[in-house]
Amino acid sequence: MSALLQVEGLKATYGASQALFGVDLEVASGEVVALMGRNGMGKTTTVKCICRLLLAEGRISFDGKDLRRLPAHRAARLGIGLVPEGRRCFADLTVQENLTAAARSGPWDMDKVGALFPRLSERKNQVARSLSGGEQQMLAIGRALMTNPRLLILDEATEGLAPLIRQEIWDAVGRLKRETGMAILIIDKSLKELTAVSDRAVILNRGRTVWNGSLDGLDPEMAHRYLGV
Amino acid sequence: MTRETLFNLAVLAGLIALPLYAHLAEEPFTITLATRAVILSLAAVGLNIALGIGGLVSLGHAVFFGIGGYAMGILAFHAQNYMPLMEAPFLIEGTKSMPMIWLVAVIASALAALVIGLLSLRTSGVYFIMITLAFGQMFYYFAISWSAYGGEDGMSIYVRNDFPGLNTLVPIQFYGLCLAALVLALGFNGALARSRFGLALNAARQVPERVRAVGLDPFRLRLVAFTISGAITGLAGALFADLNRFVSPTMFSWQLSGEFIVFIIIGGTARLFGPVVGACLFVVLEHYIGGWSDYWHIWFGLLLLVIVLFGRGGVIGLIAGKARAHG
Repeated sequence: MSALLQVEGLKATYGASQALFGVDLEVASGEVVALMGRNGMGKTTTVKCICRLLLAEGRISFDGKDLRRLPAHRAARLGIGLVPEGRRCFADLTVQENLTAAARSGPWDMDKVGALFPRLSERKNQVARSLSGGEQQMLAIGRALMTNPRLLILDEATEGLAPLIRQEIWDAVGRLKRETGMAILIIDKSLKELTAVSDRAVILNRGRTVWNGSLDGLDPEMAHRYLGV
Repeated sequence: MTRETLFNLAVLAGLIALPLYAHLAEEPFTITLATRAVILSLAAVGLNIALGIGGLVSLGHAVFFGIGGYAMGILAFHAQNYMPLMEAPFLIEGTKSMPMIWLVAVIASALAALVIGLLSLRTSGVYFIMITLAFGQMFYYFAISWSAYGGEDGMSIYVRNDFPGLNTLVPIQFYGLCLAALVLALGFNGALARSRFGLALNAARQVPERVRAVGLDPFRLRLVAFTISGAITGLAGALFADLNRFVSPTMFSWQLSGEFIVFIIIGGTARLFGPVVGACLFVVLEHYIGGWSDYWHIWFGLLLLVIVLFGRGGVIGLIAGKARAHG
């Protein structure tokens, strides 16, 4: 499989403090890659750099195009859909308006998002701020899908959600993988679900890539050292 | 139909009925007062696109009002004196045709808004307020020193400009024109707020970083909104100059920019009819309380204070509840 996203030697800083020291990562078309690591190891920073929301050194290319000189909105237009940590829906807009604001032409439309998350269809005229945390997360995923991405990035999409809602989100990710062949880069702490859904994992430790391979091949000692499990 | 929509319709009915009654009762001054309210409403409806939907607190919107006013003043001045505006490299003559004047006013103010927006929208928050204020002051002092068009004293226009098929000297007919412009601007504003562009602009006000992450450029969204907003306020300026048959540097003053913001806050920020309610209240208070006391601004200030402290949704919010904007 050819790499859709290629990240090599990624380095990033927050002011004087360096957060990434050399992250290497690849996601091929149709592949689901888990980006893992303990808290503060650089997962969200890596995602922000890929989406051009944070300036970084190193090589980032998407579908062969160098992202380093592109502003965030142009990088997104190439086909990168981000579901950010903390959801952050457009609180004053309704569900339908949130989806409309992000819509770009392609196979994903309001009906398809509604089919993936029927709760959103039921609440399409409800203002986003009045939704539950789980529904806001579904809306954040739906909003990213409305941009018709080729790569969907999910940053802690199930964090802080009730078990039933988490399961709905995981089911949706599974459906996306099976039915759309969309490339997905997913950050989460649920090892069991990630093992089930992902083709491969990349583990970060202290801002560096320390593991790249199938989660089945991860030995318990490494899992304990790098993931704390 | 929501309470807000019903309230908006009642306001519109009032804006139609009251001047008609004044016309039948032969009270032309009331019609002139209503015309002033409608034109100020139009100016604030323009600002409401930038402020209400886009969250851009512009303290320089009087620039566009003034440009519209001077567009009318300059074109009419040259027409009434049979003096061309320019002879070389090509001849440009003045005009008394309202549609032509409006076109020039809208284009000139839109261009000014585009240039000012390009520079000022790189900032945000208090810096944006200050830079728009600075542009306002630049235009104000330029108008004061522009002796060819009256300088500090301003410029009187001795004729009312023409509109095909209407006698614009008849107050109710001129009022009808202004009201039509306001209704069109309100319709446009409502459609814009519900359009994908308007929703994205609204979203950019709330979480700009997320808007970038879905492939939209907040700067471009705001620039387009600011330009449209300036164009509508410019049209109001041309009408205001026609109403008074007088233009002066005060049309560029920062106090006027502040009043536009106050209209919106009093009526209800981002509410479709918020600027209309605010401007009408302002004109009514200015006339009636101003008749009792020169210090009527104190009472107006108190009203603003009460609304800011107890009614964040403005008068419309107090009456129609927390219905969503442009609903």
